[in-house]
Amino acid sequence: MGEMDQMKKEAEGLKSQIEAARKAAADTTLADAASGVAPAPRVQLKTRKTLKGHLAKIYAMHWATDCRLDHAMLMVSASQDGKLIIWDAFSGNKINAVPLKSSWVMTCAYAPSGNLVASGGLDNMCTVYNLKTPVVKTVKELDAHTGYLSCARFLSDTEILTASGDTTCALWDIETGKQKTVFLNHVGDCMCLALSPDMNMFISGACDSLAKLWDIRDGTCKQTFQGHTSDINAISFFPSGNAVVTGSDDCTCKMYDLRSDQEVISYQDAQLNSGVTSLALSVSGRLIFAGYDDFNCNIWDSLKGEKVGVLSGHDNRVSCTGVPQDGMCVCTGSWDSFLKIWN
Amino acid sequence: MSSNSNLTSMRRIVEQLKFEANVERIKVSQAAAELQQYCLQNASKDALLVGVPTGSNPFRDPRSCALL
Repeated sequence: MGEMDQMKKEAEGLKSQIEAARKAAADTTLADAASGVAPAPRVQLKTRKTLKGHLAKIYAMHWATDCRLDHAMLMVSASQDGKLIIWDAFSGNKINAVPLKSSWVMTCAYAPSGNLVASGGLDNMCTVYNLKTPVVKTVKELDAHTGYLSCARFLSDTEILTASGDTTCALWDIETGKQKTVFLNHVGDCMCLALSPDMNMFISGACDSLAKLWDIRDGTCKQTFQGHTSDINAISFFPSGNAVVTGSDDCTCKMYDLRSDQEVISYQDAQLNSGVTSLALSVSGRLIFAGYDDFNCNIWDSLKGEKVGVLSGHDNRVSCTGVPQDGMCVCTGSWDSFLKIWN
Repeated sequence: MSSNSNLTSMRRIVEQLKFEANVERIKVSQAAAELQQYCLQNASKDALLVGVPTGSNPFRDPRSCALL
């Protein structure tokens, strides 16, 4: 019992040390530092396309990386109607519909090459599909998580990262179907993950209200960010790779700067009392599109912390948002079964 | 045994905290300046921020034509 108490004391001491070091670096806040910057203009976007085709709640969507190929702009969406649909956002046409073995899907992902997509959910598996064969084929079923699959992101056609309700994240070798690295540190269900722009790191958000930064190659947790008071459902890197934005059931979004190792601004409003389900940043990082349980997607000025617009139009919770690589539009997906493209 | 695994967990927690305590931290003022600079430098490329000129919006109906 002696060692346990000793370690608890050591842990408390280290937490205080970290707290003090963060305070010492906090010579200002982001909003104060940006007080000289002109506020972002009011952002009024229109729905340019409504993608109709799913028959049940949409849980996830992901833009293809090089999405403007052959005059098409590709994205994948996942619905609990048991389908993944590949869309061309320009025309609104469905390019492919992939039937899922399990309809309880929670995530989908497009590989950077455009050759593969992946899905997963309450089946605890990540299933990878090849879009380039004459008929879409299942390439691999990645089966080792002991909890639901909440998020998946391809590094390449041979490697994929997953986040799970079993509190771990994992890096998989798609060819062998095995986990290469397991990222252990969260004490709550992992709900989301995002890859750094240089692909060497990733960030995860979990039900333990923490965001963690991981080194993909050595498997270690480099930094832990606290501040949220409930599950973190959404996470994204700021485009420079030096900061991370999170969205939570506590109704706020927060930006954490990696190099000062702390929260630098919180995006919240006394009148907003719905949880954040999803978020995406515009290409300059200035705008944050955050989807909420109250059916709206609010647009925040990332530097000043002010709301500069809202995307209203869905008849149910906004469950996913995404901005493509060229930043030409934003997509929202909803439990109302529709996806909308705005700019 | 449960008390052993608690001890192991606790050791891991302490190791992780030691590691995280050693992170080098820059001042928030410097971090904020760089975040701000990135936003401003890339603002002109941000179609959602500055708007898409009507004629070149790939999502608008071809019927809304631009006079050449």
